[in-house]
Amino acid sequence: MAKKCSHFPWQHLIGFLLSIVLTLVALWAGLYSGFSMTIIIVIIVTLASVQAIIQLFMFMHMTESSNGKHQTHVMIHSAFIAVILVAGTIWVLSYGFH
Amino acid sequence: MEYVHSDNGKHDAPDTPLEYQSETGRLNILGFWVFLGAEIALFATLFASYLVLVGRYADGPTPGELFEVKGVLIETFLLLTSSFTCGLAIHEMRRNSLKGLIVWLGITLLLGLGFLGFEIYEFVHYIHEGASLTTSAYWSGFFVLVGTHGAHVTMGIAWMILIIIQLVQRGLTKQTTRKVFVASLYWHFLDVVWIFIFTAVYLYGMVMHHG
Amino acid sequence: MKWDEFFVTGDPFIYAADASIVFTSIGIVFVLTYYKKWKWLWSEWLTTVDHKKIGIMYIIAAVLMLFRGGVDALLMRAQITAPGSEILKSQHYNEIFTTHGTIMIIFMAMPFLIGLINFAVPLQIGARDVAYPYLNAVSFWTFFFGAMLFNISFVIGGSPSAGWTSYVPLAGEELSPGPGQNYYLLGLQIAGIGTLLTGINFLVTILKMRAPGMSIIRMPMFTWSTLITMILIIFAFPVLTVALALMTFDRLFGSHFLTLADGGLPMLWLNLFWIWGHPEVYIVILPAFGIFSEIISTFARKTLFGYKAMVWSMVSIAGLSFIVWVHHFFTMGANAVVNSFFSITTMAIAIPTGVKIFNWLFTLYKGRIKITSAMLWSLAFIPNFTIGGVTGVMLAMAAADYQYHNTYFLVSHFHYVLISGTVFACFAGLYFWYPKMFGHRLNERIGKWSFWLFMIGFNVCFFPMYFLGLDGMPRRIYTYEWADGWFDLNVVATIGAIGMAIGFVLLIYNIYWSFRYAERETTGDPWDGRTLEWSTHTPVPFYNFAIIPEVSGLDAYSRMKRDPAQEKKKEYKPIHMPNYSGKPIFMSVAFFISGFGLVFEWWWMAILGLIGVLAMLLLRSFDYDDGYYVPVDEVERIEKSYE
Repeated sequence: MAKKCSHFPWQHLIGFLLSIVLTLVALWAGLYSGFSMTIIIVIIVTLASVQAIIQLFMFMHMTESSNGKHQTHVMIHSAFIAVILVAGTIWVLSYGFH
Repeated sequence: MEYVHSDNGKHDAPDTPLEYQSETGRLNILGFWVFLGAEIALFATLFASYLVLVGRYADGPTPGELFEVKGVLIETFLLLTSSFTCGLAIHEMRRNSLKGLIVWLGITLLLGLGFLGFEIYEFVHYIHEGASLTTSAYWSGFFVLVGTHGAHVTMGIAWMILIIIQLVQRGLTKQTTRKVFVASLYWHFLDVVWIFIFTAVYLYGMVMHHG
Repeated sequence: MKWDEFFVTGDPFIYAADASIVFTSIGIVFVLTYYKKWKWLWSEWLTTVDHKKIGIMYIIAAVLMLFRGGVDALLMRAQITAPGSEILKSQHYNEIFTTHGTIMIIFMAMPFLIGLINFAVPLQIGARDVAYPYLNAVSFWTFFFGAMLFNISFVIGGSPSAGWTSYVPLAGEELSPGPGQNYYLLGLQIAGIGTLLTGINFLVTILKMRAPGMSIIRMPMFTWSTLITMILIIFAFPVLTVALALMTFDRLFGSHFLTLADGGLPMLWLNLFWIWGHPEVYIVILPAFGIFSEIISTFARKTLFGYKAMVWSMVSIAGLSFIVWVHHFFTMGANAVVNSFFSITTMAIAIPTGVKIFNWLFTLYKGRIKITSAMLWSLAFIPNFTIGGVTGVMLAMAAADYQYHNTYFLVSHFHYVLISGTVFACFAGLYFWYPKMFGHRLNERIGKWSFWLFMIGFNVCFFPMYFLGLDGMPRRIYTYEWADGWFDLNVVATIGAIGMAIGFVLLIYNIYWSFRYAERETTGDPWDGRTLEWSTHTPVPFYNFAIIPEVSGLDAYSRMKRDPAQEKKKEYKPIHMPNYSGKPIFMSVAFFISGFGLVFEWWWMAILGLIGVLAMLLLRSFDYDDGYYVPVDEVERIEKSYE
């Protein structure tokens, strides 16, 4: 169930600041860090996933209400399918024909 | 519609938000989450298609030649901020402040329009530079992936306008709060998709150019 | 465009089809007008949001599509029986195998099962309707008009001819110009919207609207199979949506996703099509498993053996279905690592499926088996499906698949699983739930004749095809030479197909005969049923249950019958029900108009249709219709009328 709404939306503000910071860190890692391509890809994909999770919890209140469990299940399954779709397609069509 | 077993329904705690107080509200919100699951599969398919087409530029320009950090960052911050203000709108709604809700929704709407404006400008610029839907497989993938997101944002803006009208007409009721909440889920979701577009399309495209 | 390009001309079969369409339409209009049934049709059926009526409409549409697809099949058999025959031209033959496949999968198998799901599942879980009745109507009408759009192609503009899988570059703009392939893309796209909405609708319905006491491990097996199927729909159909959209953009707007020129990647289509396509075949088989489970348990008069194993096997089949797609195109030539991976995952599916086969057999073991038509279809399913499954494992071996691929061996394999799985289940389910739908049973004598003719005909038709395939006969060829040596087995196959056709005609005759002469069913429980749908009256009142039943365990209704004491407490309360609406059908007509415009690239029409769709969405947004309450005395009156 929903928590008592405090007067100041701390949760939202923290979520917002984090998303700005994470975006800038990803930008730095990508363009100015000088890491190798593989490391950059790992870093920026991880940061994007963290941001997505922040949105789900801090803005979308995924776990609230009596349906919270179902909602969380749906999102976990979707993430799983998304990974299969993207990684599988790249694996079959790019790696599969090298 | 509440023709279900409302007689069996558990009674809600007094501080349950309005949008969860009716059976219809609970069903529709859950159903929308499921719909978002389908949307994730849809966008994942578009991302997969885009990513296997990277490098297939035919005679057209490469993304490294056209992408610019500044424009992309402006679009990203507009959308991130709009997601934040949309969250504040829900916060106001749950404090029973109709005025606060409408004000923050209005700001969200404007930020969304700003995002859309920059995106259209960006697309026109690319077409001007010789990269359009028909240029190469890569640019087909780019325009359809990013364009599908843009079309979603457009729908979201139209939807929010309809909801603001209904809020003015009816105030905060079980139905209107449900609609606002569902639309807010949609809006945050579009922000999530954009984060991945920022990462997989723009950042990755620029990294390849640098590296 | 000239009129003789717009209408398909020059083929006597098509003229016959034109004439039959015109006469049937005139006939329908005449009958409706003569018996003054227009208003009834509109207010009782076309605007309905009642899941039972929507289910029945799905089934009627599916039977019509089965007829259409069946005629296609017979035409193919006629053409291919003897070498060098010229009943159909090659182009026409290509169109017919394309429409046969597409219609049977998308517009027959799925709607038939979704129809049975619509009718039975809300009753099985003790609900009064689905979670979103309005959306349910949208689902049906988008399916229906998508199907209509696809079907008119053979008289207007020409049918698609690149196979139901529509591989590029064959299905691309250069090799398949004109409206045909566009019909495929738009028809499937519109129907796909409806399917996705059904997925969301029934998932939420099953999760949230079960009767009190029906925990998730007390759900009937058909409900379980539906739940898992809906999850597959939700995650698989968006992939089809995108795949169709990419090809549509290529054909209509000149993009280069799948083209040979400018960097396009034709393999992307195969990849996306089968990422959807493999879950799709489980979307049409899992509900079939559910139906067989209900029927076998009912007529063996035993609780289903291995309930939890049944559930877990379905869950694992569903999970695996998303990681096997490459086995449809081993011969595309991905490297050994990729092909081996998908070969192994594919073979793994045989394990949970085998578990299910043994569970059905053990349900039969020591059961007091009652042979009805519904049971006959279910019993025949077990050995026939096993043949299909075993040949599936043969196909799963990537290296061996290079031999079987694209031959009649494959054709036979998937007909063995889809007919003895899905089609048998549709017929079984129809016989089983028919009394609940229409208040009388189907005749058992005609039913058994129909079963034996169809089942034997099916084996006579498809078993020889395994050998034709091993003899090297490729699929989708419109003719062959005497020297190929395929004549004898093709004659046998055609004889079998005729047997199936007679079986189907007998089924239709059975519906007519039973409507006229069968004894009316008054008990509501003709088969000594085990689940809640048999606990309410026949015909089912529009609110399904005057009092929502309380569930105390698996086979809820069997328990109630054993222990009737707790059943009799009649304290009615007002019942909340949704209002009917005409918007779903209007919106779907708008989709149809828009789709038709896109097929012919008449942009004004496409935009007009789209505006219609948006207008209906807008109206719906401002529509605060919250349904109505059926007062207690009305409920009392209706309940008394059954006594």
